[in-house]
Amino acid sequence: MIHSLFILNKNCEVFFEKHWKSVVSRSVCDHFLEALNQASSPDDVPTAIGAPRHILINIYRNKLFFIAVVQGEVPPLFVIEFLHRVVDTITDYFSSCTELTIKDNSVVVFEILEEMLDNGYPLATELNVLKELIKPPSIVRNVMNTVTGSTNVGGQLPTGQLSNVPWRKVGVKYTNNEVYFDFVEELDVIIDKTGTTVFAEVNGAIKCQCKLSGMPDLVMTFTNPRMFDDLSFHPCIRYRRWENERVVSFVPPDGNFQLLSYRLGTNSVVAIPVYVKPTISFQGSSGRFEITVGPKQTMGKVVENVAISMTVPKVVSNVVLSNNPEGNFTYDPVSKTMRWEIGKVMHQKISTIRGSMPLQSGASAPDSNPTILVEFKVNQLAISNIKVNRLDIYGEKYKAFKGVKYITKAGKFQVRT
Amino acid sequence: MSDPASGGIFSTDFKRHEDLKQMLDSNKDNLKLDAMKRIVTMMSRGRNVSSLFPAVVKNVVSKNNEIKKLVFVYLVRYAEEQQDLALLSVSTFQKSLKESNQLIRASALRVLCSIRVPVIVPIMLLSIKEAAADLSPFVRKTAANAIVKIYSLDPELKDALVEIIEKLLKDKTTLVAGSAVMAFEEVCPERIDLIHKNYRKLCNLVMDIDEWGQVTVINMLTKYARSQFLDPNQNETEGEEPFYPDDDDEEEAKDESENGEANEPKKKPYFMDADHRLLLRTTRPLLQSRNAAVVMAVAQLYYYLAPRLEMVSIIKPLVRLQRSHKEVQIISLTMMATMSVNSKGLFEPYLKSFYVRSTDPIQVKLLKLEILTNIATESTIPAVLKEFQTYVTGNDREFAVATVQAIGRCASSIKEVSDSCLSGLVSLLSNKDEKIVGESVVIIKKLLQQNPSEHTEIIKHMAKIIDRITFPMARASIMWLMGEYCDKVPKIAPDVLRIACRGFMTEENIVKLQIINLASKLNLTNHKQTKLLCQYIFNLAKYDLNYDIRDRVRFLRPIIMPSEKGGALHKYAKKIFFTTKPAPVLKSAFIGRDRYILGSLSHILDQEVSGYSDLPSFPEEAPDPTVRNVEVPKITSKSKKKMTSMLESFYSESEEESNEDEGKSSEEESNDDSEEDSDESSEDDDSESEESDSDSDEESDEDDSSEEESSSSSESSSEESEESEESSSSVEEEKPKAKKVNTPPPANNAPSYAPIIDSNILAPVDYAAAEVISKPERSTTMPSFVPSSLPRQSFDLLTSAGGQGLAAVYRFTRSPSLHGSNFVSVEITFTNHSQRAIRNIGIKDKKLQADMIIREFSEISSLESNASKTVLIGIDFKDTTHAAKFSISTQEFKCPVNIKAVVGELVKPSKISPESFKKEQGKLAGMYEVSDNFNISSSLSAQTICSRVVKVLSCSVINIEEKENSLKCYFAAQTISGNHYLLVTLHLRNSTNCSVTVNCEKIVFNSMLTKDLKTELTTN
Repeated sequence: MIHSLFILNKNCEVFFEKHWKSVVSRSVCDHFLEALNQASSPDDVPTAIGAPRHILINIYRNKLFFIAVVQGEVPPLFVIEFLHRVVDTITDYFSSCTELTIKDNSVVVFEILEEMLDNGYPLATELNVLKELIKPPSIVRNVMNTVTGSTNVGGQLPTGQLSNVPWRKVGVKYTNNEVYFDFVEELDVIIDKTGTTVFAEVNGAIKCQCKLSGMPDLVMTFTNPRMFDDLSFHPCIRYRRWENERVVSFVPPDGNFQLLSYRLGTNSVVAIPVYVKPTISFQGSSGRFEITVGPKQTMGKVVENVAISMTVPKVVSNVVLSNNPEGNFTYDPVSKTMRWEIGKVMHQKISTIRGSMPLQSGASAPDSNPTILVEFKVNQLAISNIKVNRLDIYGEKYKAFKGVKYITKAGKFQVRT
Repeated sequence: MSDPASGGIFSTDFKRHEDLKQMLDSNKDNLKLDAMKRIVTMMSRGRNVSSLFPAVVKNVVSKNNEIKKLVFVYLVRYAEEQQDLALLSVSTFQKSLKESNQLIRASALRVLCSIRVPVIVPIMLLSIKEAAADLSPFVRKTAANAIVKIYSLDPELKDALVEIIEKLLKDKTTLVAGSAVMAFEEVCPERIDLIHKNYRKLCNLVMDIDEWGQVTVINMLTKYARSQFLDPNQNETEGEEPFYPDDDDEEEAKDESENGEANEPKKKPYFMDADHRLLLRTTRPLLQSRNAAVVMAVAQLYYYLAPRLEMVSIIKPLVRLQRSHKEVQIISLTMMATMSVNSKGLFEPYLKSFYVRSTDPIQVKLLKLEILTNIATESTIPAVLKEFQTYVTGNDREFAVATVQAIGRCASSIKEVSDSCLSGLVSLLSNKDEKIVGESVVIIKKLLQQNPSEHTEIIKHMAKIIDRITFPMARASIMWLMGEYCDKVPKIAPDVLRIACRGFMTEENIVKLQIINLASKLNLTNHKQTKLLCQYIFNLAKYDLNYDIRDRVRFLRPIIMPSEKGGALHKYAKKIFFTTKPAPVLKSAFIGRDRYILGSLSHILDQEVSGYSDLPSFPEEAPDPTVRNVEVPKITSKSKKKMTSMLESFYSESEEESNEDEGKSSEEESNDDSEEDSDESSEDDDSESEESDSDSDEESDEDDSSEEESSSSSESSSEESEESEESSSSVEEEKPKAKKVNTPPPANNAPSYAPIIDSNILAPVDYAAAEVISKPERSTTMPSFVPSSLPRQSFDLLTSAGGQGLAAVYRFTRSPSLHGSNFVSVEITFTNHSQRAIRNIGIKDKKLQADMIIREFSEISSLESNASKTVLIGIDFKDTTHAAKFSISTQEFKCPVNIKAVVGELVKPSKISPESFKKEQGKLAGMYEVSDNFNISSSLSAQTICSRVVKVLSCSVINIEEKENSLKCYFAAQTISGNHYLLVTLHLRNSTNCSVTVNCEKIVFNSMLTKDLKTELTTN
C-alpha cells in the first residue's frame, strides 16, 4: 500500500523520510514541488499527484507536508486517513507536531512509524497499543533515560492487540478514577449581505478524558437522543445498542479520545448567540468600515472570547481606526488581516469598531467586500440542547467521578459583506 | 563510503562512522544504544549509513530489547543492499520463531520476511507456513502480512501462497480476517472461489475487524458481490433518468436492447439473494465509522450494489465527511460530484451543505460549485443563483470565472431561468475584471447560439463593448457572433469589421481567425460595403507569421473571392458558411468520470492507475448461490421460510423492512435484556445473523429445540418467572466483572457449544487468544458429528432425602465459563421437593485440594416449594482429577457434597491441523501415551464413533481417514487450566477391533480417559 513517507517543511525540504518497502528516492518529491509551485497557496495543492511510476498523496497540516508514496491503486481515503492518524499520533506523543519536535524525537517517530505500518499496511494504529510498544516521553523518563541510557521502547510486549478490545490496554490503574466528557459544539454559519442566515448547522463532538482502572463498561444515555441527525462513532461504541436502544455503550480507551461526533441537520432552527452588522464601502481612493457586534440569542449565558477577523483586499494599504473600540485590535500588513478581539459580549452591550482603509495609490476600488470571520465561545451551553441523562459504569466496583461539560463555539462562522 | 547527500556538516562522516563502529563493538549496552539511535536518526534524514552494516548486524543477538528493535529497523532498511551479510542474522530469527511468547514469534516473522533477500525465500515460505497454523491469532495475522512481502519478492511462489491464504481465509478471528483478505487481494484476487465458503463469515465479522481491515474486506466483498449477485435495479423501468449508472454504457445499451427484444415474459421477478441482503445489512452501520476510508468503502458498496431506494443512506455520511480535513473533503466531494451528474434528487436535501465559504481551498470550492450546478432544479435554482451571485463578486477570481460557467450551465439546463441568467451574465459584462467579462462573453455566445433570434439586443451590446475586452477568447467569440448573425445586425457588423481591421496585426491568433471568418461572411452577405475590407484582411493574413492563418486564407480565398477560372465552390459559399450549426451543449466535466470506480485513486486522478481493476458487471443469471453454504448445515425449512418472508417484506416496502428488522431485534432484546447485556451474546447473535448465517441457524435452531426440550421436561412449573429471576440473579453476580458481558444466561444455554458472541464489538475479553482459537470447531467441525442435541448427562449433587427436600444435580455445560478461561463451567440445578420455601441457598466450607478455585454463585435468597432454579459456578480444577468438595448451605442446614472431576469435561476442544496433530503427538510419546485394544460388538460408522467420543470428551474432530477395513479418527482437546494438548487417536480395524491411543502430558487423564472411551464404545 504505502511505500514511503516524506515530511517536508515550509521551505520544501525533506527533513524526514521512512520507507516500508524498497527505498524510493526522495527525488520523487520533485513532482510534488512542481505542483506546489503551480498552486497559489499550499492549501491548493492537489491531494493526489501522479508521477511517472508513483502517485503522491499528500496532506498539509501544521505547515508541514506529509507525502505518502504509493505505487498502484489504493483507496485514497485510506492513505489520507492514515496520514492524519500519523499526525495525530505524533501530536499526542509530543503534544505538538512541528518540524522541531519531529527532528528532536526522530528515533521515536521512526519507531512509531515502523509499528504503525507493516509492509505499507496498517498494523498498530491505536494509540493505546502504540503507547505500550513505545512509551511516550515524559520528564521523569527523560531524566531516567539520560541516567540509565535506555530508550522509550517498551520493555514488555503489548497484550492489547490480542484481546478483543484492541483500543484499550489491560492493567490500567488509577488511584482516582475519573472520567470527563466535553461536549464541544461548533456553529457553522453563513450570513449574507442582507443579514439573513443562509446556512446554519451545529456540529458537535464528545471528547472524553478517561482515567478509569480496569475494564470499565460505560453506558451513556441522553435525555433527547432523537436530536442527533447524523453520528459517527469511535470503534469502541456498540453500534447495535445505539440502533436499538439509543444508548451509547462502550469500553473506553485509556486517556483522551473523541467518543463520537454528531451533526444537527440544516433543517432545524439554530439559535445564533451573537450578531455582526458590518458596513463596508469603498469610494475613490479609500474605504470605510463599521462593524457592530452584539448579543442575540444567548440563552442567558455570557458569550466569551468574541473575536472578528477580516482579510482586507490587496489594494488596501493600511487600516486606520477612527474610534477607540473595546478589546484589542491588530492589523497585520503582510497578510492584510485585521483582527479585533472583543472579549465578552453581554446582555445589552454593543461594541462597534469604525475605521478607514486608504487604498494604494493608483489602485481602483475593489468590487467586492471581504468576508468576516467570527469567533466566540459560550461555556456551559449546548446550543443543540443535547443533554446527558446518566452515565453508568459497569464491570468495575469502584465509584468514579464523572464530569460533563458543555461548550458552544463558533465553527466556520462567516459573514458576507 | 561517504555519503553524497550529507552536506557540509557531515563532511567528517567517515570519521563519525568510525566512532559509531567502535561504539557498536563495545561491550556496553548504553554505548551501543547510543550508536544505534544516532544511526536511526541519520536514516530518518535520508543519509546512507549502509557502511555500518557489518557492525550493526552483529548486534541482532543483543539481549537488550531496545537495541534489538533498532537493529531490526536498520536491518529491514539495508538488508537488500548487503545480502550476504544479512544472511548472518537469519538464524537468530529462526530461533525466535520457536519462542514460546507469541509476540516474539510474530516480530521475528515480521522482520525475517521484511528482509528483501531472495536467497532466504524458502526459509520465509516455511516459516509462514508454520506461522499460518500457529495457535496465536496474532502470529497468524503476521503470517498473512508476510505473504504479501514474499509474493513481491518471488511471484513464482503463488501456488504455495494461495494454499496458505486459503487456510487463513478460513480463520474465524477478526484479527486475522483483515490481513488474510488483504493477502488474497494482493496475491490472487481472481480466485473468487476461495471466498465462497467464507463469504457469510466475513459479512458477519466485518463489524469487528479493525478499521483498515474493514476497508479491504468491504472492497473485496463489493467485487465479489458484483460477480455473484444479480443487479438489484434490473427491474427499474427505463423511462426514468438513469439513476444508477452501469459501469460501462455498452453494457447498459445491451441490457436495454435485450430487454426491449425479449419483452416482458422473459423478465423474471427479481428477488434479492439473502447473501446479498446480508452484505448490505452488515455493512450499513459502518457508515457511521469515524474513519473516512471505511465510510467511503461502504458508500462504494452501496453505490454499486444496493437497490436505488437504499442508496439514499450513503448521502448523509458522505456529506458528513465535509467536516473533516480538506483532503478528505476533496475526495468525498469528487465522489459526490460524479454521483450528482446522474442523480440530482439524492442531494437536494443537502443543497445548503455545498454552499461555498470564502475560506475553502480552491479545489473544494470548484467541486462544491460543480455539485450545486448539477443538482439545481426548478425549485432550488433561485437560491442557487443567489449564491452564485455572491461568488461572482467574491475576491477569488479563478472561482468567479468558474461560477460564470456554472451560471451558463444552469441557464442551458433549466429553461425557466435561462433568461434571467442571461441578463445576469450581460450585467457581468460591465465587471471590472476582464477575465470575468471574457468568460461571460464566451458563455453568452454559447447561450445565444441556442436561441439567437430573441437576443438581438445582446448581440448589439456585445458589439459595443468590444473595445474594452482584451481577453482573446472573448474577442474571438464576439467576432464569431457578428459574423454568424450579421443578418440580425446588418449595420453594426461591417463597422465591427472595420474596427477589427485596424488592429488586426496585434490580435491573438484565435481572434485573427475569427476576424477572417467575419470578413468572409460579411463579404458574402454585404459584398458592397465590405469587399475592400475583406481583401485587406486577406492580404494581411497572407503574410502572417502564423501558418494556420496563412493556410486558412489560402483555403478561403477561392471560395470567397473567386478568380475567373475557379470558383466552383463559390456557388455554395453561402450554404457552407451559413449552415445552421448545432448549439454547443454546456456539460458537466464530471460526465463520464464514473468510468472508474467512484472514490478510487483512478477516479480522483481521472486516469487509470496501475493495479486498477474495474468492477465486474452483474451476471445475467445468478451463479449458483449454494456455493456459499458452509459444509454441513442443512438449511432448515424454518429458516428458509424466514428468508423468503424477509425477502417479500423487503420487496413490498424496503423502508418497512429495516424498521421491522430493528423492531424485531429490539423486541427480542428487550425481552431478555431487562438487565444489561449479560445475555446479549446468544440472543443478539441470533437476531443479528438470523437467517443469514447457516451456522448460527443451526445454533439458533438448536437453541430453540433445547429450550423446548427443557420446557417440556421442565422440572418447574413457571419457566418464565424462573428465567427472569434467573437473569437478575446472574446480573447481580456478574456486575463486578467486565467479562460477564458475553456469557449466555444458563437457561438458554445450548448444550455444548453455546455461541460466543461474534458480532458484538466487545467479544470476550478474557478468553483472549486461546478462546478465540477454539471458536472455529464449534461452528464447523463439531456440528458435523454431534447430534443436534447432546444428551445432558447430569450427576446428582444432593438428593432430596439428604438435603431435607432440596435436591441438586449438576452437569458440565462445556461452554466457556464466565469466570475466566481457566474455569470449568458447571451448571447446578436446585429443586425444592419440600413443602416450604428454602432460604439462603449457597456454598460454604470449601475444602479444596491445593490451589483449586471455586467461583460460587450468589446466594439464592429463596426457593419456593416445587420450584427449581439453575445457577452456574466455575471451578478451576488446575488440571487435576480431584473432586471439588464443599458444602451446600441453607438457612437451616449444611450438607457436604462434591463435584467429581470428569476427565472428558476438564478439557476444551482444540482446533489444530492434522499435521500439527502428528507433530504434537510425536512430542507426547512414551509415558505420556496410553493405548488400549478392545473389540466392539457392532460395527459403527465414523459418524457414530465421533459423536460417541464427543459425548465423553469435549473435543474437536481433527481428521478422519477411512480406508478399506480401516478407520482412523483423530480428536484433539486442550486442558482448560494448562492448555496442554490431549490427543486421541482411534483406530478401527475390520469394524470390530478398536484401538484407542491417548496422548497427554497429564498422565492421570490418559488412563482414565481410555477407560471412559472404552466403556462408551463397547456399550451399545
